[in-house]
Order: sequence, then structure tokens, then C-alpha cells
Amino acid sequence: MGIDTPNKIPDDFPGKVIPAGNGANVVVTNLDKIINWGRSNSLWSLYFGTSCCAIEMMQTGASRHDYSRFGFEVARPSPRQADLIIIAGTIVNKMAPVLRRLYEQMAEPRYVIAMGACAISGGPFFYNTYSVVKGADHVIPVDVYVPGCPPRPEALLEGMLMLQDKIRTESKKNKINPLEGFDEGL
Amino acid sequence: MTNEALQELVGNWLPELEFTEEESQFLNIHVSPQNLHTLMSQLKSNPETQFDYLFCLSGVDWGEKLGIVYHLESTSKRHIVVVKVTTEDRENPVLDTVYDIWATAEFHEREVFDFFGIRFNNHPNLKRLFLTEDWVGYPLRKDYEDDINMILH
Repeated sequence: MGIDTPNKIPDDFPGKVIPAGNGANVVVTNLDKIINWGRSNSLWSLYFGTSCCAIEMMQTGASRHDYSRFGFEVARPSPRQADLIIIAGTIVNKMAPVLRRLYEQMAEPRYVIAMGACAISGGPFFYNTYSVVKGADHVIPVDVYVPGCPPRPEALLEGMLMLQDKIRTESKKNKINPLEGFDEGL
Repeated sequence: MTNEALQELVGNWLPELEFTEEESQFLNIHVSPQNLHTLMSQLKSNPETQFDYLFCLSGVDWGEKLGIVYHLESTSKRHIVVVKVTTEDRENPVLDTVYDIWATAEFHEREVFDFFGIRFNNHPNLKRLFLTEDWVGYPLRKDYEDDINMILH
């Protein structure tokens, strides 16, 4: 990256590169912008598929749709290494404490996408079952809801891009912990 | 062995057995709880039948009666039979285990115990399998009620 090859700077790079004259460069930008740029373009998701939506999620990660193109580089099997949890499937009462614990084990900032009818509201199990949580947002705070039963990979990708848009509007100064007041229903 | 041949053979063992086809491809044998274990061990050990594979064990609530449906297959003879047993006692339903005949029944019977509350005599480890330890009631029974989670009845 230098004066000779200015086109190597990505289009969406949120700053200016100024040549310092001695072969080095100076980056001028706003701290929020560059942090958000980094975060939104490197979201690693947690493997969390509890039913059929997980198949569509796998498809979204596979070669035809390939969410790596948008910065969702890899899926991690450990919450410690994940930034994002895609709730792909039904959450039952027995799974709810596990989901909560996984969420709490993730490092901040952490984001949640509720994928499909079950994760949004309990879906087809809303009326007449003893075991299903009627919406994952009873357990953890959700950033983006992707409707569908299951959603097509395009829909999930759209939701993931929306999450990126949301992250780009964040500000370090006004950042609040989504868990704050969540259990009290605030 | 065809369904007709099976019916003729098994019908000679116990006089009380009832046979139906119920528009399915399998022969259905209805047996009383008292003769369940005798019939099952005979089905497995008899050289003509050799039902060595219990491929499905389901608890069923028919409304008034509770019962179990066993699907048996013979891996050498390639024939299949369905055995049904019912009990009218909904308060304290007890049936004999078939764990000593097909070991796979251990977990299936624990599941049935969990969801239907049917107890099994001589079962080695009859405790909850899926539900939490402090669960009250049997959620797959027709008369199960849960005012908090179930909105329509």
C-alpha cells in the first residue's frame, strides 16, 4: 500500500492514506469508523444449529452462497472464539440455559441472529407444545431476525449483511451492553 | 414367512391372541399384558420366527387405554410383525419389560416411561431419559394439560 498503488486500498476503507514522504504512510480516520470496519468485516459465527435451519445455514456457508465473501470467514465450534451466534433452529426449554451460557461465554462485542420461525417465535410449535421456548429473545437479546421456515440462504445472507450495517452505526462512546436490563424486560 | 403363515403359526402358541391387518402391510398381534413376555420371548427364540431385531418400540395413548406397539423384524428370515399390548389402568400402568429379550428396549422403555408414565417390571434402570428430573406429569398423554406453555387444548 503506497503512492504507486493507491487502488490497493479497499473501497470501503474508512480512512485516508497519506504518504509521509519517507516511504511510510499515515492513516487518518475516526476511531469508531475503523473499529466498526474491522468488526463488521470479520464476524466469526458459532456453530449452533438445533434443527433444520442449520441445513440452510450450512448451505449459506458452502460454495454457492459462501458467506466468507462478506467477512463471515469461518464458523467456530467454541463460543470463546466467536463474535456471532446464528440461532438456527428450535430452542427447547432444556436447551435454553445452554444457549444462555454459550452467549455469556462469548467475548464482547457479541451479536445474535435469530434465524427462522422457531427462533423468532416458536414457529409451528407456538400453540400446543410443552417443551419449546416461544422465541429465542426470551433467553438472549437478538440483533437481527430472519423470517422463513427455513429462510433461504439469500435471506440469511441479507440478515447477515443487515447485521454488518448495524455494526457500522455503533459508537464506542454510546455502546451499551445488550444484556443490561435484559432480564428485567427493559 | 408370509403374514398368513405367521398368523397360523403364532396362533397355535396362545389361544387368546387376536390378529388384524388394519390396512397395513404388517400382521398385527394383540396380546394381553399377562402373556406379553411369554409371547415375545417365544417370537425371538422360535426357530421358525427368529425375530431378533426390535426396530421400534412406541408408547401410545389411545384415549382410554395406554399401550405399547412393538415392531419386530427377523434379520435372517426378513419378515416383520407388529405386537400391540394395552392396559386400561391409567393411574398405575405396569407392563413387563422386554429388555432381557432385546437389550435395545432399555432406552426405548425409559422414553416411554418418561412421556407416558408406563412402568416396566424388571427394568434395570427405569429413570427419566429426556425430561428434567423434577418434571411433573406425562406430556405425551392425551389428557396432559399445561396452562403456561400450551395455548390451545
